Amino acid sequence: MAEPNARGARIELSGWGWKHSGRDTHALRGVDLTVEPGERVLLLGASGAGKSTLLHSLAGLTGEDGAISGDQEGSLLVDGRPADRGRGGVGLVSQDPETQLVMARAGDDVAFGLENLGVDPGLIWPRVERSLAEVGFPYGLRHSTGALSGGEKQRLVIAGALAMRPRLLLLDEPTANLDPAGAELVRALLSRLLGETEATLVLVEHRVADVVDLVDRVVVVEPGGGVIADGAPAAVFAEHGRSLADQGVWIPGNEPVPDLPPAPGGTPLVEAVGVAARTPFQVGVRAAPRRTVLDDVNVTLAAGTATSLTGPNGAGKSTLLTMLAGLAGPHRGQVVPRGPLAEADRRPLVRWPARRLARHVGTVFQHAEDQFVTATVRDELRFAPLRAGMGGAETDAWVGELMERLRLTRLADVHPYTLSGGEKRRLSVATALSSGPSHAPDLLVLDEPTFGQDTRTWTELVELLGALRAEGRGVVMATHDQLLLRCLTDVRVRVADGRAVASDAVREADL
Amino acid sequence: MSGSESTRAGGGAVGGDTLTLDVPEDGGARYWLMSLNPAAKLLAALTIGIGLIPAVDAVTGGVVLLAVLLTVPFSGVDRRTLVVLGGPFLLMGLSSGAVNYLYGEHGLEGAAGAAVRLLAIALPGLLAAVSSDPTEMSDGLVQRLKVPERPAMGVLAALRLVPLLADQWRTITLARRARGLEAGRNPVRIVSLFFGRLFALLVRSIRTGTLLATAMDARAFGTGERTHARYSRWRAADTLLLAGTVLLLVGAYFLSARLGTLVLLFG
Repeated sequence: MAEPNARGARIELSGWGWKHSGRDTHALRGVDLTVEPGERVLLLGASGAGKSTLLHSLAGLTGEDGAISGDQEGSLLVDGRPADRGRGGVGLVSQDPETQLVMARAGDDVAFGLENLGVDPGLIWPRVERSLAEVGFPYGLRHSTGALSGGEKQRLVIAGALAMRPRLLLLDEPTANLDPAGAELVRALLSRLLGETEATLVLVEHRVADVVDLVDRVVVVEPGGGVIADGAPAAVFAEHGRSLADQGVWIPGNEPVPDLPPAPGGTPLVEAVGVAARTPFQVGVRAAPRRTVLDDVNVTLAAGTATSLTGPNGAGKSTLLTMLAGLAGPHRGQVVPRGPLAEADRRPLVRWPARRLARHVGTVFQHAEDQFVTATVRDELRFAPLRAGMGGAETDAWVGELMERLRLTRLADVHPYTLSGGEKRRLSVATALSSGPSHAPDLLVLDEPTFGQDTRTWTELVELLGALRAEGRGVVMATHDQLLLRCLTDVRVRVADGRAVASDAVREADL
Repeated sequence: MSGSESTRAGGGAVGGDTLTLDVPEDGGARYWLMSLNPAAKLLAALTIGIGLIPAVDAVTGGVVLLAVLLTVPFSGVDRRTLVVLGGPFLLMGLSSGAVNYLYGEHGLEGAAGAAVRLLAIALPGLLAAVSSDPTEMSDGLVQRLKVPERPAMGVLAALRLVPLLADQWRTITLARRARGLEAGRNPVRIVSLFFGRLFALLVRSIRTGTLLATAMDARAFGTGERTHARYSRWRAADTLLLAGTVLLLVGAYFLSARLGTLVLLFG
């Protein structure tokens, strides 16, 4: 990226504020901030503090013809002029690579931004090849973007941003949606690139420890307010570390320490016997044929035990979870109930009627919205008990207790889709708990339960799962979260290369 | 990363996946149709479609259908695609014929005419679609047929989301079961549950679409005049395809008229 005129951009915000259209309160207000050319800034704040909005505004996406509508106040200048995406001085990389790739082929995707800037066609391909080389993209120009792993896709997204020769690089949690291997790939790339470029960098990242070496300045913003801390990383963390951690920010050395009762252990609840699974049937005429992702997998889930499935993305963790939860049938083999569960129904879980399954096995999906079926938080929680034949008064008491426990009481009449990410996660866990007989199902199945959560929701969630485990419920989750693996994992099952290998997790200082 | 391996291995002779189609360098005549400009193929298909509207007899349509079928071995379309699309295609022709035979006024002859005409109109469009790389198709539409950029690029970007949508649909279906919702055999519940899932999918797809639109905007899409990294080449063969198509139509009408079989729609 040692391009000519690659000097970084200067950012000046004064009294800047933003209110999303249709909201009563400002996401940010009264922000005064100057970033000098070439500075690397980590932007921190509790979730909902408008960090992404600030990045989008710097990228010129909130202007008059921008994609994001709302009311702006104060001034926001990039190099002394209002941010304008048409000049191409800004590169934005967001969380999910899946929704940032536009074209079907790698080279075409990198060329997309250059075409939009009206770069002469003769100059486009050398710049594309150079950007791909810079990010270490291992395939050719014509490689299909659909056939890349998450980490490779995100590299391609970064190449697309670099090709536009940005003087301001905006990174919005660029590794949040990646598995550890993919995240490492992208972080290694970023630290190498930042050594070569003079572009100004503004980075948003929840997991501070991973990126603190990349930046030389930390700026903390407050929801609905402005800048509350600003300075060198060490100084900011020393002074504000504790309070930031309390607000939910992941600060190095201030990781949450959940209060967990010991795991009682217990008899097996569910057993997967010789299970094999194939990829789902693909739509489209040239789609890949089905292939086997899991073969001859044997897993036992016991009561009072937390089991974690780990392994790279695409290895079949989620597929295995849906089978263990009795939602989908394996291609070969069986998932059968054992012990107390077998008393309810002896058949393989996938043959259970949905209502019975929901009473005994609660599932929390990665995208919480997928499992919402009613129009308010309260109805969402009343749904299962009422269907299970619980009386009205009894249901309301139980629902009230659940809402209290998961801090949802205030939101009882809100539509589930309008909740924030953390609130959605809490509600999805509550719905899974709501269906069980004596106040929770026997087995709780969770797909990436802590994904993208701030430290507060994280702690609540882990303590709740710990309490359920102590009551003798089985907990099984697919996760990449190292802290969760350390704190709340009794059995670790590594899913990779079509196999699942169990090992007793080494339990460390958390007890 | 295992995903990329399998996709490449599984794509068959003409590698790629649903959204990429590569013509082999030394493919020869087998890939003749694939190497033509998608805009030319689309124009040819459109010409046949419109050209066959007036003729309802089996001979005119049959001649065109036969000629188009003769190009299939040179279309480069792989066997799996032909099998996947062939079934519904024949079914469409047969059902149209059957309905016309049972309820039409022109007996077996009229029914055969209707079926053949439908197939002859549909097949060229189908061939144009499956023998074209979507990216080249959009390039051809924009550069040769002067279709506006925004819809052409938008459709191309949206195509990328189709496999994503299929995944989301599967997840939503599983999530309903997890909540204890299952239709069983009650038709009313089947319908109401279906629309519930459809709504959930709609919400998800709007969110996905918004994110994609934001990413496109962040890369300066729609800020001014675009240049084109890829040049959509129009060769002599493309002109020949169009000329051949017109000749075929004229020939088919001429032959049918000479044989005395020509029946016109408003004749």
